[in-house]
Amino acid sequence: MPHILFGRSKELEIEITEYLDLVNQGALTFKRDLKRYIKKDFELFEEALIDIKEIENNADEHQKDIKYKLYKYMLIPDSRADVLNIIEEIDTITDLAKEVIYEISIEKPVIPAQLESDFLELVENSAEAVDMLVKAVRSFFEEIAQVNDYVNKVHFFEHQADKNEERLKRRIFSEECQEVEIAYKLQLRYFIEEIAALSDQAEMVSEEVSVAAVKRRI
Amino acid sequence: MIEVIIYLSSGLFLGWSLGANDAANIFGTAVGSKMVKFSTAALIMTIFVILGSVVSGAGASHTLGALGQVGTLPAAFVVAFAAAVAVYWMTKLGLPVSTSHSIVGGIIGWNLYSGFATDLGVLREIVGAWIFSPILSAVFAVVLFFIFKKWLNNAKIHLLHLDFYTRWGLLIVGAFGAYSLGANNIANVMGVFTGIMEIPDYNIGLLTLSGAQQLFLLGGIAISVGVVSYSKKVMLTVGSNIMDISPIGAFIVVLASSTTLFIFASATLKDFLIMLGLPSLPLVPVSSSQAVVGAVLGLGLAKGGRNINFKLLGKIGVGWILTPITAAVISFILLFFMQNVFIRSVV
Repeated sequence: MPHILFGRSKELEIEITEYLDLVNQGALTFKRDLKRYIKKDFELFEEALIDIKEIENNADEHQKDIKYKLYKYMLIPDSRADVLNIIEEIDTITDLAKEVIYEISIEKPVIPAQLESDFLELVENSAEAVDMLVKAVRSFFEEIAQVNDYVNKVHFFEHQADKNEERLKRRIFSEECQEVEIAYKLQLRYFIEEIAALSDQAEMVSEEVSVAAVKRRI
Repeated sequence: MIEVIIYLSSGLFLGWSLGANDAANIFGTAVGSKMVKFSTAALIMTIFVILGSVVSGAGASHTLGALGQVGTLPAAFVVAFAAAVAVYWMTKLGLPVSTSHSIVGGIIGWNLYSGFATDLGVLREIVGAWIFSPILSAVFAVVLFFIFKKWLNNAKIHLLHLDFYTRWGLLIVGAFGAYSLGANNIANVMGVFTGIMEIPDYNIGLLTLSGAQQLFLLGGIAISVGVVSYSKKVMLTVGSNIMDISPIGAFIVVLASSTTLFIFASATLKDFLIMLGLPSLPLVPVSSSQAVVGAVLGLGLAKGGRNINFKLLGKIGVGWILTPITAAVISFILLFFMQNVFIRSVV
């Protein structure tokens, strides 16, 4: 369909697609940066630190624009509140990702070698939950019948991330890590919770997407 | 000339109140939810109400003429005036009122006063259409609901594209609704006058307007004035109360009720159905409000029947009986005054 025919709708559609791309990029960058850090590739980690910040800033701009255009052009009156809510809630995920990366760069927690693979798995599952959430949101706009499939996948990865979180905490506070000082243990626990928080937030937003999708079905 | 304008004024007033009230049935939800601007809705209503009135208004008017051919202009004034008063009164009482029911009552009042027998066959046809029209509208709404549900829940249409299509859909069915309203309800506004006034044909370039069509044009303009001057208020208050539904729901309701009105107005469609050997419906002015209520109830039923307002059903029933009787009584009394106080021949 030609661009000119849809006018404002097309403009907003592009804006939303770009915004969701940014959220996706945020999750991928989060995963890439943490992998570098966990594998002790600190130089590369610090070099690319700015990436996540740029993504987050860009996403914020898009979010503001979407809000403004939805109201200015008075589009989708019966789904507008749901869309705005989803867009706002999903933005906290990118914020959280940036926060975790920057705090790690500042505090430089020491990750014991024996915990590396568990950490990687936690990061993987948390980022995957966000990826599935973005797919659920895209389906909410484009193909409503698919929303539930993706929401179920978000639940799955969040559940996996929860398990990783618990296992890591148990291992840190077990005899296996007795050489690690308690202050470092608490610091590690904090970062584990922060990384897992990404998947928790993804799950929360996915619930809202699911409800909004039910409302959209006639 | 001035006398003629005065006599026509009651019909024009009825047209104005029809435009003011019934535009909300067609564009109420679209304007209330800001999917369509009021100015756009009013422009479309104006064009298509006039088109419907002039092009397809004759069929339903003919049926009213068959019910009782009001003999003089003063009598036609009284009949239309009585109908307008009944509409105003019933609106005050909060009943879903219809100019169609009202004008039929007015004509029966004239029949009673003048001693002409009411053609019971025609009356049966009209009352049957009143009962059948909301039911038909509900059936259309149910069918449309399931078609759209199946299609939309599986379609890969972006929410924003759907929004765009829905806006255009509301405009298109709104135009159809306005056309059907004009075609079906212009009979209420001008039907009593068409049989009495001898107006020569008027040639405007490519087409010629008959006397009746010129009256329908005038009535159509009166309806449009009602739309432009007063319907926004009705759309923003009453309109959103009647139909607290989604824009797609509104699209279905307007399409279902407009189709119903169209079926009871289009002589072409009737001839076509007869040609195919299919059962056809009589051309009768029916109530657009009740067609809308029927469609909304149909939509409610299709969604599982949880939101059905049975009180509203009762009110429709009361409206069916009370409106024509009130109009008939008022018509009878006013005809007496017109003949004996104002000394104007009404028979």
